[in-house]
Amino acid sequence: MILRTFGFSEFGFLVSALLWTVVLTIIALSGGGIVGFVIALARTSTHKWLRIAAATYIQIIQGIPVLMILFLSYYGLSLAGLQLPPLVAAGASMTIYASGYLAEIWRGCIQSVPKPQWEASESLAMTRVQQYRYVILPQALRISLPSTVGFAVQVVKNTSITSIIGFVELARAGQLINNATFQPFRVFLAVAALYFVVCYPLSQLSRWLERRLHARSHR
Amino acid sequence: MSYTFQFGVIAQYQNEILAGIWMTIKLSVASIILGCAAGIVLASIRSMKTGIGRILVDAYVEIIRNTPFLVQLFIVYFGLPGLGLRVSAVTAALIGMTINLAAYSTEIIRAGIESIHKSQIEAGEALGFTRLQIYRHVIIMPAIAKVYPALCSQFVLMMLASSVCSAISTKELAASAAFIESQSFRSFEVYIVVTLIYLALALALRGVLAVIGLWLFGRRVARRTAVALPEVQA
Repeated sequence: MILRTFGFSEFGFLVSALLWTVVLTIIALSGGGIVGFVIALARTSTHKWLRIAAATYIQIIQGIPVLMILFLSYYGLSLAGLQLPPLVAAGASMTIYASGYLAEIWRGCIQSVPKPQWEASESLAMTRVQQYRYVILPQALRISLPSTVGFAVQVVKNTSITSIIGFVELARAGQLINNATFQPFRVFLAVAALYFVVCYPLSQLSRWLERRLHARSHR
Repeated sequence: MSYTFQFGVIAQYQNEILAGIWMTIKLSVASIILGCAAGIVLASIRSMKTGIGRILVDAYVEIIRNTPFLVQLFIVYFGLPGLGLRVSAVTAALIGMTINLAAYSTEIIRAGIESIHKSQIEAGEALGFTRLQIYRHVIIMPAIAKVYPALCSQFVLMMLASSVCSAISTKELAASAAFIESQSFRSFEVYIVVTLIYLALALALRGVLAVIGLWLFGRRVARRTAVALPEVQA
């Protein structure tokens, strides 16, 4: 039996799998961003029941493992008669996961815009939509940047869980290479290093944005 | 959708589910205790002004926080035997969870220590406290009291993340779910039930941590712990 060794072509395979990790992260952040934004608005709405529904959604998503969201959407969708490729199932569940956390992050940001801003815009006879569009959201956006980028790191890392349902991203590619080479230590260290290369700059960016935000608010 | 849900089937497997719950609880409690203790030690080393220790702790925290928990488990479970260190799936899960949680705890507790004002320490010195007394009563306990809610959120996230340990064949709750699914083919029902159990465990753990917070730090900290949602750690 001839075993492959972990060489350049194997590393190349890992790098191409990293691309799918990035694709999945982008799907999760854009999908989760849209859903999460709507839920954040519902969470800060003036209607009591909308607020309660949004809060319940957030509590549930943050109270269950990502793996369970993944299994539920994977098997749930196939029950509904939809035979979807793993990318769609993985994308859907990562979207649900991201929406629950982004909604909570952005709720905090919307609510941290000082109250007088609401009052001032109301006294200018702005409608609720105008208040959000011209006064509240532009300020909330700037406050939200550090924690949103920080959460992106979590999403990149958690896409590794989709390997459990067989979606071939970086972690799964590592397992495949390991099955062919039997050099687990080397292979998984390389996998970890690739994740680090993506996550570390994002973490640092988040920290830099945080410092800049604080510097500005204390000026 | 013409599917009839049959939750009754799952009741036959209650022993598997209970065993899974018990393993999840054991792993979570053990890793919380070990990870938190390691976090206190590492954060103390980190808070020193200079030294190689500080650099090492920083490197450890950054490496762990910027790589996925699943890959860390793979390295411990599949990688360590290559170095001549064979561990069982449960031990690997415990090591992985502890290493992971220690890094996050270090970062959270470090923030708490940094928020302790210098005048507090000077006041301690003025009262004739020994260095150890200052460290314990003026620095560590108030620091942990400040960050206790964030720390607890991280504990809850760790408990939820332990579900990933099923990927290295640790027989905890998610593995029980996979087993029952393979026996009964009632995938959706099984995963709904197990998801609800995780939700209940998360709420229960938060409740227990709030009670511990009440006992250690008083009512204000306990209340913040009970309502806090997981804070996102970069």
